[in-house]
Amino acid sequence: MSLTWLSRIFFACLAIFLTLPIAVIGGVAFNEKKTLSFPPQGFSLDWYWQVFADEGWRSALFHSVAVALIAASISVAIALPLAWFLWRRVAPWARIVEVLGFAPFILPPVITALGALSFWATTGYYGQPWTVVISHGIFFVSLPLVTITLGFATVDHEIIEAGMTMGADDRTLARTIIFPMIRPYVISGFAFAFVLSLNEYIVAYMTVGFTLETIPIKIFNALRYGYTPTMAAVSLFFVLVAVCVFGSVARFGDLPKLLGAWSEGDKT
Amino acid sequence: MRRSAPQKLTDYLPITFPTLMLGVFFVIPFGLMVMVSFFKRVQGGFYEPSFTLANYARFLSPFFGEMLVFSLGLAALVSIFCLCLGVPFTYRLTRLSRRAQVIWLIGLLGVLSLSEVIIGFAWSTLLSRTAGLSNLFVWLGLMDKPVAWTPSFAAVLTGLVYQAFPYTVLVLYPAFSRLDPSLMEAARTLGASPVRGFLNVVLPAMRKTLLATFIIVFIFALGAYLLPQILGRPQHWTLSVLVTDQAIYQSNMPFAAAMAVFLVVASLVLVAISGQINRRGGGS
Repeated sequence: MSLTWLSRIFFACLAIFLTLPIAVIGGVAFNEKKTLSFPPQGFSLDWYWQVFADEGWRSALFHSVAVALIAASISVAIALPLAWFLWRRVAPWARIVEVLGFAPFILPPVITALGALSFWATTGYYGQPWTVVISHGIFFVSLPLVTITLGFATVDHEIIEAGMTMGADDRTLARTIIFPMIRPYVISGFAFAFVLSLNEYIVAYMTVGFTLETIPIKIFNALRYGYTPTMAAVSLFFVLVAVCVFGSVARFGDLPKLLGAWSEGDKT
Repeated sequence: MRRSAPQKLTDYLPITFPTLMLGVFFVIPFGLMVMVSFFKRVQGGFYEPSFTLANYARFLSPFFGEMLVFSLGLAALVSIFCLCLGVPFTYRLTRLSRRAQVIWLIGLLGVLSLSEVIIGFAWSTLLSRTAGLSNLFVWLGLMDKPVAWTPSFAAVLTGLVYQAFPYTVLVLYPAFSRLDPSLMEAARTLGASPVRGFLNVVLPAMRKTLLATFIIVFIFALGAYLLPQILGRPQHWTLSVLVTDQAIYQSNMPFAAAMAVFLVVASLVLVAISGQINRRGGGS
């Protein structure tokens, strides 16, 4: 019994550790004064309106969301056909492409960032807004690649064979059985890539840092040149976006399974 | 619809787009970066095609060598802390009800996805003199006056552990989820206490996973870029910070590329070791 309580205390401490920094940001974001202080003095929602009222923050927010949406789409567009090919075809050399899909995310981000800088500078497109979209799209391929590969792995071969027995050809099988089954995994992969692209700093900074401000870039610049409570409001907004996205994934999909948990009854 | 080798030309269509995209926008930029690391820097911030090892030699000078050791040491420390916290946490997490697991996983994913800049901002606020923990301690009567705990090495370490902890849990989660419950039940039947069962049965069974996870988290921590700048002083900079500093502010692309290549080699060696560990012998 004492072990149970020890376990609960351990979990409570970790919950506090994980939540406290975000709680402090939240507290600061509701502060009435412009100065940085905690506990909050007074209560105000002004800094949230400021995110949309201030041209700089609104612009950065729009840029971040636009980049994240398109980059996540590119990531899924690369990951889906690749996962399909790996699942459907026997071709040892295709593993090399799979490794290339995972590499950008596994290696320290500065590697991809510096490679992108070298490439865009050499081609003469350095600083163009669309370069960060492509670089983010490449950087986050591994997220949908993991989820979609997992999705294909869950397709029950017996269902496929049942469909074949009833005369369905490959195209019909794909349209009526396979893609409906993997749709939650595609959506999850997109969601993961979207949220992480929204929050990514170094690749964005190295490709467009001097010409296009995303929210992470703007927050860092604001940190270096003076504090403003709007930073806290934007940060909290991003936290809420992340929790909502992952909450939705959990609501409409199987989150533990998406993260690799297989119980004995599950097919692999 | 069996797995089969591609036969017709159209069978290759699905992999064409991914190959082109990853080839053009990852392999070529990567190769370009490697080439630049052998180039020679010229005044005015540009470089010219050449073949010199001067950039690599400079990397082994005392100053940068020291930064290298610091970077690797910091990453190792973060990895150790995360495993010490993450292993018992993940083990207990996988024993919770499904609903509780989902809630924790959402929270962990939320923290994991946070921008390094937001984490840095949060911890710099939390450890600051005006709005930080020390104010709470003063209010509780534990301290005389508020103090700033940043910039400091401890602040950098704390921020990095915070950032890497969810990653550690998510890497460990699959393996612990698949851990056979009967292992622990057998230990209990033989009279072992829960703690002894965990230490003598669970940990040995998971030893390969733990080592592989250490390496993966190590590489993750090696990529820290903003936290050392926000929470630390220049002597706490990591390799990633140095790479960017050289590339952007010192306009020394060849040297930045050389350091980046070292990072790649170090990471690939670690990944290879990790893969070897997982491949060798049975058991998870």
